[in-house]
Amino acid sequence: MTQQQTGGDVRLTGISKTYGSFEAVKPLDLTVPQGSFFALLGASGCGKTTTLRMIAGLEEATTGTVSLGGQDITGLPPYKRPVNTVFQSYALFPHLDISENVAFGLRRRGIKSVKKQVAEMLELVQLGDFAKRKPHQLSGGQQQRVAVARALINHPQVLLLDEPLGALDLKLRRQMQLELKRIQTEVGITFIHVTHDQEEAMTMADTVAVMNGGRVEQLGAPADLYENPRTTFVANFLGTSNLIEGEVVSAGTDIVVAAGGGKLRLPTDRCTAPTVNGGKLLLGVRPEKISLAHADDADAIADGRNRVTGRIVDSSFIGVSTQYVVESPAGEALQVYEQNIERDARLTPGAEVVLHWNPAHTFGLDAAQDIDAGVETVEDAA
Amino acid sequence: MPVLRWIRRNLIVIAGLLTLAYMILPNVVVMVFSFNKPNGRFNYAWQRFSLDAWKDPCGVADMCGSLSLSLQIAVWATVGATVLGTMISFALVRYRFRARGAINSLIFLPMAMPEVVMAASLLTLFLNMGAQLGFWTILIAHIMFCLSFVVTAVKARVMSMDPRLEEAASDLYAGPVQTFLRVTLPIAAPGIAAGALLAFALSFDDFIITNFNAGSTVTFPMFVWGSAQRGTPVQINVIGTAMFIIAVMVVVVGQLIANRRKNSAR
Amino acid sequence: MTVTKEAPPAPVTAELKVRKPSTRKRLVPYWLLLPGILWLLVFFALPLVYQASTSVQTGSLEKGFEVTWHFQTYWDALTDYYPQFVRSLLYAGTATLLCLLLGYPLAYLIAFKAGRWRNVVLVLVIAPFFTSFLIRTLAWKTILADGGAVVDVLNTLHVLDVTSWLGWTESNRVLATPMAVVCGLTYNFLPFMILPLYTSLERIDGRLHEAAGDLYATPATTFRKVTFPLSMPGVVSGTLLTFIPASGDYVNAELLGSTDTKMVGSVIQTQFLRVLDYPTAAALSFILMAVVLIMVTVYIRRSGTEDLV
Repeated sequence: MTQQQTGGDVRLTGISKTYGSFEAVKPLDLTVPQGSFFALLGASGCGKTTTLRMIAGLEEATTGTVSLGGQDITGLPPYKRPVNTVFQSYALFPHLDISENVAFGLRRRGIKSVKKQVAEMLELVQLGDFAKRKPHQLSGGQQQRVAVARALINHPQVLLLDEPLGALDLKLRRQMQLELKRIQTEVGITFIHVTHDQEEAMTMADTVAVMNGGRVEQLGAPADLYENPRTTFVANFLGTSNLIEGEVVSAGTDIVVAAGGGKLRLPTDRCTAPTVNGGKLLLGVRPEKISLAHADDADAIADGRNRVTGRIVDSSFIGVSTQYVVESPAGEALQVYEQNIERDARLTPGAEVVLHWNPAHTFGLDAAQDIDAGVETVEDAA
Repeated sequence: MPVLRWIRRNLIVIAGLLTLAYMILPNVVVMVFSFNKPNGRFNYAWQRFSLDAWKDPCGVADMCGSLSLSLQIAVWATVGATVLGTMISFALVRYRFRARGAINSLIFLPMAMPEVVMAASLLTLFLNMGAQLGFWTILIAHIMFCLSFVVTAVKARVMSMDPRLEEAASDLYAGPVQTFLRVTLPIAAPGIAAGALLAFALSFDDFIITNFNAGSTVTFPMFVWGSAQRGTPVQINVIGTAMFIIAVMVVVVGQLIANRRKNSAR
Repeated sequence: MTVTKEAPPAPVTAELKVRKPSTRKRLVPYWLLLPGILWLLVFFALPLVYQASTSVQTGSLEKGFEVTWHFQTYWDALTDYYPQFVRSLLYAGTATLLCLLLGYPLAYLIAFKAGRWRNVVLVLVIAPFFTSFLIRTLAWKTILADGGAVVDVLNTLHVLDVTSWLGWTESNRVLATPMAVVCGLTYNFLPFMILPLYTSLERIDGRLHEAAGDLYATPATTFRKVTFPLSMPGVVSGTLLTFIPASGDYVNAELLGSTDTKMVGSVIQTQFLRVLDYPTAAALSFILMAVVLIMVTVYIRRSGTEDLV
């Protein structure tokens, strides 16, 4: 792997953007290490694109500074920043052919012999034969690759990607995700990627910043964010979580919580909220961590596991797994994903079941939050 | 009856073609009568075939002079109205500013006003200012009434332009001037060209406003108007026919070039 | 004028200093607007003010005119010239209606039926524009000439008997009658009707016709319930672009009509350029403007279209 040592970290300090009285981005600090693949993840209107545009210089920051490799670039216009953008819906120049689109940045910097570089770049994105076509003669996926080539040819210190795959269909999107990841490891440039698709963010990025309401809710490696969400928004927005409200009974190395007529435990170091005996707490567990047993087999469950009794209300078979919805005193619609290894034929809607899981897989959240924050609803489902 | 059924099924096409015939008939008459050799001063009744007028198109006193004056005014009015109108269009589409409603009405009103009203009121201004009527007053008037039409044409195009294209240009190291010359202008060009063409046609063919504000200067439409009283020379028809043919040829050649470009891009 | 000292900047942390967009950037739209808007203000709006003032002046060319708030001029102008006013509105209205009736099938033809002939037909609609409209209007003198083919055919079919009875034509002639003037107006403003109609028809998705047909609509119902309502913006701007210039036109009335078909434009022109009675001309022109603006406003309100032209 070749690492270019020309760049540096992107550092945002107290940066914010206000339109009239609307705070699109609240003052935030963020550091993107050089050479990393960084994702800004959030629903539409969370401020992620505005943040990206402030790095590009397309939006003037209301407060704060942007610096690149220790140099303050806040006051620089976009055309003087060593940063390039892949725009949402690509913004390819319709009046120029593909090779002139790609050569645009080089020509503006006064480079005369661009032919060889353009040809090489088009090879990199596998579009060598399309150099003389106009953008509208290309498919969505091809246009997307032209947009990447047009930005990368300038060897920017940072490449900004604004929902670059949003206009593509699902299959092509998966393909392009791998492609972009390949290009990033090949050229070693810092990528900052804005997306609303949590799967996309997790597959591609080394570090994900989850944004909500103009601020960063949590930042970390994808696996860390998934396993240890610190807010209900992150827990619900990244994958699915079962959140159970309970009352703290005792706290030691393990916290014991009374919920749904039973007692549940979790390790103290997995709880981000302050615990007071008698205080409220939200317990979270991911659907795939839960095992499902028919009520008749309840005795066979090992001791020391968290248990919740309930009744199956819905089940859907999706190939690799079966997804169950279970109604229980602990929660109205608990989600359980079971691998289809040995299917128990008794687990059909109406069956009485016991849900059990390893207490170590439980996380604790502050109960003062909206329990449904970040849950995807029908309207904003893609 | 199959004939009746055919007529009923193609009613719209037949009606449309009849309208088209109604619109083209006068041009045909103008063309045919450019080969006429009338008895007397008026060229309204067919006498016999002659090429005299085509051989000597400027053989009528003052006609070609008025034609050249009209062309000059049309060119300058087109340039003026297109530049001013394009600037207004960009401001209207791309920026937020105060008094937008008032400015929109100011641009719409000249199109919602009978020409004779504008003509009379502008003359009142010129008389009050003691301005010398002639080339300049005509040019001022033409730029004024062409402006709104240019704005309408250019605005439509600029509105359909993706502002991200300009952002992309500036992201790719093009400064404001480069962005405008390399991206904005080429993409807005069809709208600007349409506006300019419209301004040229409106200015070249204007009679009412010109007639009020020309003083003793005579443009081509004013010459034709005068000839309707004094006698219509055949040369008028020659000019009319030539303009029609040139216009059709420009469109056809333009279309051919566009087609070629499309094919070579493939 | 008193000069106030600028207040010292409030102490803020360096990091959270709020940036204001630069003044230069904020002024860009105003610089872009300035020359064009100034042009319109000076040569369009200001003249209207001058005209308003002229309309309430009295005096004569020799002694000069003075503002005397003589509103009587308006009343006199109206009583003297109301036939020309009524005629103008009547002729312009009829011509607009005819333009719509004649223009709609052609616009429909270009938008949906012309196929690869579309551009050819469009050129044929626009190209006549480039022959001066005065020359083309004079051609109607030939076409409608007494004893010409058109008049003969209409005579043989007894159409002229009917139109004479209605007062549109006079004993076996078309030229110098209201019908000739309306015919000329219709002809001259047809392209202004067809182009907006075509633009709005062309935007209609062809699949809507199929969808309507699929939902049990006959072709006639499809037109009434789908196509026509969707073409309303074109109908509105087409009728405006036809009616407004037609109401002030005097070229057709002068070239194709007689003294009995004079329109208000002729009167304004004569008063202004020949009689040199500026107050009356100004008052007439103001009344025409007011009538047209009121009609246009009411029309736009009723048709519920906000985006024009």
